[in-house]
Amino acid sequence: MKVQDTITDTVCYHCGETLTNYKIDYDDRKFCCVGCKSVYQILSENNMCNYYAYNQTPGQKQQSNAHLEYLDEASIVAQLIDYKDNENTIITFYMPAIHCSSCIWLLEHLYKINPAIYNSRIDFLKKQATLSFKHSDISLREVVECLSQIGYEPLISLQDVVKEKSKSVNKELILKIAVAGFCMSNVMLFSFPEYFGLSGLEKNFQYLFGWINLAFCIPSTFYCGKEYFTSAITSLKHKQINLDTPLALIIAVLFIRTAYTIVFDQGPGFADTLTALIFLLLMGKWVKQRTYHHISFDRDYRSYFPIAITTLQDGKEKPVAINELAIGDRLWIRNGELIPADAILMKGDAWLDMSFVTGEAEPQQKVLGEMVYAGGRQMGEAIEVEIVKLASQSYLTGLWNKDHYKTNFKRKNFNDDIAKYFSIGVFVIAFSAIAYWFYQGDSTKAWSAFTAVIIVACPCVLALSTPFTLSAILSVFDKRGFYVKNTDAVEQLADCDTIIFDKTGTLTTTETATLHFSGFLNHEEQLLVASLLRNSSHPLSRHILKNLGANKSYQVVDYVETPGKGVKGLVNQVMVYAGSKKLLPLGIEPDDSNGVHIVIANIYKGCFKIQQEWRDGLQPLIADLKNDFDLNILSGDTEKDRLQLQRFFPAQTKIHFEQSPVQKLNAILAKQEEGKKVMMLGDGLNDAGALKQSNFGIALTDNINNFTPGCDAILKGSSLKYLPNFVKLSRDGLTIIKISFTIATAYNCVGLYYAVQGTLYPLVAAVLMPLSTITIISFTSIATRLYARKNKLL
Amino acid sequence: MNILYFLVGCSVAMALIFLGAFIWSLKSGQHDDVYTPGVRILFDDEVVDTVDTRKADPSPKSDDNHN
Repeated sequence: MKVQDTITDTVCYHCGETLTNYKIDYDDRKFCCVGCKSVYQILSENNMCNYYAYNQTPGQKQQSNAHLEYLDEASIVAQLIDYKDNENTIITFYMPAIHCSSCIWLLEHLYKINPAIYNSRIDFLKKQATLSFKHSDISLREVVECLSQIGYEPLISLQDVVKEKSKSVNKELILKIAVAGFCMSNVMLFSFPEYFGLSGLEKNFQYLFGWINLAFCIPSTFYCGKEYFTSAITSLKHKQINLDTPLALIIAVLFIRTAYTIVFDQGPGFADTLTALIFLLLMGKWVKQRTYHHISFDRDYRSYFPIAITTLQDGKEKPVAINELAIGDRLWIRNGELIPADAILMKGDAWLDMSFVTGEAEPQQKVLGEMVYAGGRQMGEAIEVEIVKLASQSYLTGLWNKDHYKTNFKRKNFNDDIAKYFSIGVFVIAFSAIAYWFYQGDSTKAWSAFTAVIIVACPCVLALSTPFTLSAILSVFDKRGFYVKNTDAVEQLADCDTIIFDKTGTLTTTETATLHFSGFLNHEEQLLVASLLRNSSHPLSRHILKNLGANKSYQVVDYVETPGKGVKGLVNQVMVYAGSKKLLPLGIEPDDSNGVHIVIANIYKGCFKIQQEWRDGLQPLIADLKNDFDLNILSGDTEKDRLQLQRFFPAQTKIHFEQSPVQKLNAILAKQEEGKKVMMLGDGLNDAGALKQSNFGIALTDNINNFTPGCDAILKGSSLKYLPNFVKLSRDGLTIIKISFTIATAYNCVGLYYAVQGTLYPLVAAVLMPLSTITIISFTSIATRLYARKNKLL
Repeated sequence: MNILYFLVGCSVAMALIFLGAFIWSLKSGQHDDVYTPGVRILFDDEVVDTVDTRKADPSPKSDDNHN
């Protein structure tokens, strides 16, 4: 109890943020800001304080001030909803804020807040909520507003996350596994009498059991195994051999031989081996298809863009879907909104934060008539722009549409490489066996030996060891905050010999930034500034406020906040300004242009500057990587950090500044043309092209729910220090696969010994295959754990 | 021994019923979300409303620790 009391004393009851001296008391509870308090207020009024009972401080900070007018447009609404009839509407939202059981409880009891939302269902892992509401009582906009009020603002973007995801669910494979498992277990059941030897009486049943087994083989082969045949045929058409080619051959041979022996009553067939093989192969496929519900690897600019934007038509504001924008449309861009298409600035004062597009940290000012590019975020008063290029043709989206991406740096994997040699080897042995027995004049034995060789030499283990090893590695990575797209990508990771870093957001962190004040403020002045900033919800104000740590406050009169510029007000009868250069009273010329400048009673006091910090453990990381990799830095920012970077990186590192997204992409292409395998680490849209072109693109993020550009893997910022260990483990993974291949070959040799003699009894095959499979699977999982421990990842 | 023919038929029919049941559950979406229902079932109905009226609860504050 005591512990809990101290916790509730020092953190916000709603969001759990550590309280500064500035706090709000309400209902005997303490809150860090008005947003948190108002959520609590809504919940307590609706008798929903259960929310706080299931978890401590379940809330998340409120930061939304989005304009939702577009949700009143019927054409936009129609794109979003799943179903609509006369009374009801059903819609599925993606809500990144869902993170604990309290969230589930609250969102499934929405009807208590507004009975018109009569049903809601949460899918926790996908962070999705399906809501049903009566659209005569509540509009979609009101639903979203209601959700935003309680801190669960749905993410509605141009690339609909919900609909993309529902496509990727692979029910077909699970269905096939179910059928294959069903066939396998039944065939096993009917094969048992055969294994134990049949008495004279039971011989009557042999014929029946045979036919039943054959009947089970048919769905197993032609439904569950169909993909292997189609895949083999397509690859043969392209005059290539992949791993599916020998597998399809084996399935076909097994089926034909089983059917032949059963139809002509020549003893038991290989029905058990066939069905078990197909079942195991499908299991391997399933293990390979590891999905992360909460992460999307294929995002592009569309998930960064909103679905609609405000246009001005005859002086009136009207929300229009981004897809329907036309050249010449006037757009009204408010503070914090995104410019969706290349446009010309017509009215207003544009300060554009282009950091996501170019990687440049400081906002840029644009003058009237200047071109503003898509992806820039306005920081300041609302501006008016006129579109000159469509959203789909802008400079930014061009990165995705252009045919930059040369695929001749082909991604190959070990399996397909070895499948070729494997198939050739099997055919050589099979044909020598058949030739030998024909030479001996024993045609029955010849065919029996031929088929037996193909059956025994099954590359089943190959098809299984790779997915099992790599998916075991994926789950090790997963625990350390490194989410790799799929198992194939792990092989690419192991191959890399060059690393290219982005600077902003990759080598520096966005979460912890230190604050520097250029001048000096005495205690009284600190109080004045703190009292003023308390009124602002801007992140910078809150950050400075936290650093000032004032314990009391003055009344502020004539408070004015200019969005994106700063605040001013009369505090304790003293005029105080805090904000950018532009807001300062005339006659005061600060020494530096950026940062939050403080002016008290017309005297310039200095400026607060946020300095980006390098990520933790950068020094040892680079020291670890420099021996194995060719390191490079491509930054979109200015040269100001060159000296600091040179301290971290070895002398031969190539550091380039002011790189445009296209230059980054071309730099990677150039490296690849030198024959290098390039790993790219980046974070923003400006790296998106480079991430896509690189052999292995890693998107770094401090919050997994944030936007990340399309990539092969997502890495948490705090886990960057493990990067060398990740690479080492992926290389060890390939070693494991090679060792298991050797083990499998040993088993195959035993089988081949019987096979070439034409004496392979079905029971031997039926025992050999599962035995080797079990050996391999246990070997791979144990070996992966050992290697993970060796690499300090477990 | 003819009864065996009947039993074999029964066993296959039973297995087919189970397979059919699984396919039905898969198609009707019962496996789409395997996490949330497990959390949902643990929610009490109206905890807050019943706190005061609960009889056998010596420390009324203990319901703060549900997780």
